[in-house]
Amino acid sequence: MTAQEVRLCGLLLQEHFGEVVEKVGRNLLKSGTQNLRAIVHETGLSVDLVKKSLCVLVQHGACSFIQGRKGPGSPTEYKAHCDRVLRILRYPRYIYTAKTLYGDTGELIIEELLQRGHMTMSNTVKTVADRLTQSMDEGSSMDYGEVSATFSKLVETHFLQRCPPAAGAGTTGSSQTANSTSAAPASSTAPTPESFPDCYRVPQVTLIGRSKRSLASEEGEDQRNAKKAKMDPETHGDEGIYWQVNFERFHQHFRDQTIISAVANKLDQTSSEIVRTMLRMSEVTTSSTAPCTKPLSANEIFRSLPATYNIPRHILDQYLTLLVDDPMEFVGKAGESGGGMYIVNLNQALANLARATLESIVQERFGSRSARIFRLLLRKRHLEQKQVEDFAMIPAKEAKDMLYTLLSQNLVQLQEIPKTPDFAPSRTFYLYTVNQLPTARLLLQNCYKTVANLMERRLFEAKESKRLLEKSQRIEAILASLQASGAEPEQLTEVEEMITAPEKQQLDSLRLHVNKLDSAENQVDETIFLLESYISSSTKPTS
Amino acid sequence: MNRVLQVVVRGAAMAGKGRGVAAFTFNIDALGIGRGNMPEARVGPSPLFPTTEFKPVPLKGGEEEDYMLALKQELRGAMQRLPHNIKACSSKTEVEKYTERYLKQAQINSEEWTPDWNLFPKELMPQSKKRRIKKGTKTKTVKKLKEDKANVLSKLDELAKKDENPEKSDEETEKKAEDDEEIEEEELEEDIEEENDYIESYFDNGEDFAAESDDNMDGEATY
Repeated sequence: MTAQEVRLCGLLLQEHFGEVVEKVGRNLLKSGTQNLRAIVHETGLSVDLVKKSLCVLVQHGACSFIQGRKGPGSPTEYKAHCDRVLRILRYPRYIYTAKTLYGDTGELIIEELLQRGHMTMSNTVKTVADRLTQSMDEGSSMDYGEVSATFSKLVETHFLQRCPPAAGAGTTGSSQTANSTSAAPASSTAPTPESFPDCYRVPQVTLIGRSKRSLASEEGEDQRNAKKAKMDPETHGDEGIYWQVNFERFHQHFRDQTIISAVANKLDQTSSEIVRTMLRMSEVTTSSTAPCTKPLSANEIFRSLPATYNIPRHILDQYLTLLVDDPMEFVGKAGESGGGMYIVNLNQALANLARATLESIVQERFGSRSARIFRLLLRKRHLEQKQVEDFAMIPAKEAKDMLYTLLSQNLVQLQEIPKTPDFAPSRTFYLYTVNQLPTARLLLQNCYKTVANLMERRLFEAKESKRLLEKSQRIEAILASLQASGAEPEQLTEVEEMITAPEKQQLDSLRLHVNKLDSAENQVDETIFLLESYISSSTKPTS
Repeated sequence: MNRVLQVVVRGAAMAGKGRGVAAFTFNIDALGIGRGNMPEARVGPSPLFPTTEFKPVPLKGGEEEDYMLALKQELRGAMQRLPHNIKACSSKTEVEKYTERYLKQAQINSEEWTPDWNLFPKELMPQSKKRRIKKGTKTKTVKKLKEDKANVLSKLDELAKKDENPEKSDEETEKKAEDDEEIEEEELEEDIEEENDYIESYFDNGEDFAAESDDNMDGEATY
C-alpha cells in the first residue's frame, strides 16, 4: 500500500462515511492488522465511535476481522482492505453498467446495495420497488415480483453474490462484555465468497404484492408508518442471507467491453461484433482469471452469430484471419480443426491496451516526438543513446533532452553493461530501455495521486463558496415551501431575486468547476481500471 | 556512478601534476557528453506548479459521461445522508448557525441503523450503560450527579415542549415504548439520543431569537 493509495482512501472514506470513519480507516490502512484497543488508543477517539466506525467499515466490506488468530481468547483483529475502498471511485460506473444491462430496476438494485454494503434480498426488493413507485405516475405501482425477477437475473449472471458467512462471529454465545471473543478457533484466511457453494443460489422469498405509495404531503404520517414498518416482525424467509455486489464480475464485463470497443476502433464494427460473440460464448466457460478464452471453432462462432448481422460464412473466415493477423493480437489461432479454432487473448489484449495507454500518456505529456522515442524503446527493447538519436530521426541535442526528461520522470530506465569489471565509462554500454510493468505501476500511482488532487480541489472549491452554497440552498427551500403553500408568482420572483446576478454567476461557475472535476475523476478511473487489470493479470500466476 | 566519480577524481589529480592537457585517459567526446553537448544543469528542486508545455486534452462528453456524473453526485449526497456516515460530535460551545437547526432536524429524522450482529464481532455491540456503572463506586457518584442533572434538564425540556407543541411529546412517548422493546440494542443509542435531545431542546427554546435572526438575514440579502 503506497502513500498515494492511503491518501486517496482517506479522502474517499471521508467523503462517503464522514471524518470519524476516515480516521479509523486511515489508521487501519497505515498500521495493518490491529485490535480494538489499539485502534482506540491510536486514534484517540471514544470507544463507541470507534466501534460504530468499525461496524460501518465491516458492513461495506472495507474491513475484515479475524478472531483468535493468536490462539483462543486473543482479541479480535481488524484489517482494512485498500483495494475495496478504492472501488468506491468506480461506483457510478457499476451503477451505469447495471442500468444498460438490466434497466432502471437493475440500476436501483445495484445502487442500493452499493450504498448499504450488503442487504437481504427481501429488503432490497422492497426498497427498490418503493423507489420505483415513487417515480412512477400516480395510480400505478411496482410489482415486487418484477423486481425479484431482475434481482434473480443479476444473481444468475453472477453480478451479485452472497456474502460469505461470517467466520465464527455469530456462532459463539451472546455474551456482551467488551472483551468477549469467540473461543472457536477460526482459520486465519478470510473466506472468499466463491469458496462457498451456495454463492449464487437465490433463496425462496415470500414477497408478494405491490409497493404502496407513500404520500409526500403527510410527511409526519409517513415517518411514523416507516417506523411501524420497521418494527413489523414480518419474515420473508431469507433472513441472514446477505447479498453483495460481485466486483470481479463487473470488472470482467468492463474488460470485455474495452476489448470490443478497441477492436471496433482498430478494425471495424463487424469484427467487433465477432469478438463480442466470441466473448459472450466463452463467458460461462472461462474463469475470470484465465489468460485466454477456451478455443472456439469457426463453425461454432458462425452458428452463434446473431442473425441480424448477416455475415456469410466465407466473410467470417476472412474477418477471423484479419483479426489473427492484427498486430494487437486480440484474437489468436489455436488449431486447424473444425474450420479453425480461435481464442481471444485476454491478457495479451490487456497488455497491449495498457501499452497503448502508456504511449498516449507520454505523447500528451511530453509531445509526439518524445512518444516516438518511447515507442522506439518499447519495440527495440535496449538502445544506446546514439542509436536512439539515429532511429528516431531526431537531432542529437533534442533527442538527448527528451531522453533525459523521460529518464528523470522514470518512464525510461538506464542499464549499464560494462565490458570490463571496473565500470569505466569508456568501456561501458549505456542502454536505455522501457520496462512496461514497472512503468504501468508508476503511472497507476500517478493516477491515484491525480484523483486525490482532484478531490482535494473540489473540496476546496466547495469550501471557498460555502456561504454562497448555503444561501442558495436556503432560498431553494424557501421557494419550495412557498410554492407548496400556493404563494403568488410575484412573491416567488421576489425571493428568487435574493440571489444577486454576480452571486448567480459565481454559483454557475462553481457548478461548472465541480462538474468538471467530478467528471475528470470518473474518467481517470477508466485509466486506473485498465492499468490495474493489466498489472493484476500479468502478476498473477497463469493458470 | 561511483566509478564515474573516481575517474573524475583521478583526472583532477593528474591535472594537479601540472600537465593539464589530458585530464582523462580517454577521449570524452566518445561518451557524447562533451561541452555544449550536455543539457543545462538543473539547480534546485523543480517548481511545485510547473508550466505545462502541452495542454491537456478536453474531457470526454456525451450522454454516458453526463449520466455517470449525475450518478456520482447523487450517490455522494445519498451516502452522506445514510446512517453509515458518522458525524463527529460537534462542540457545544460553538455559536449555533441558523442553518444548523435544519441540519439537526434532518439528522434526527434520519433512520437508525442496527446491523445484523450475527455478521459482526460481538465486541462491537454497543454495551449497556449499567454495566459500566457497576464497576466502580467513584464513577457511580459522578454519573449519578450527571444523571440527576440530565433528568432535571430533560424534565424542564419536556415541560417546555408540552407548552410549545403537544405533538412532539406524543412522539417521545412512542419512542419510549419502542425503547422498552429493544433495550439491549438501543441502550447506547439512547445515551446519544439523550445528549442530542439536550442540545436540540436547548436551542429550540431560543425560538424567538431564531425568528429574529431569520428576519435579519432576509434584510441582509435584499441590500
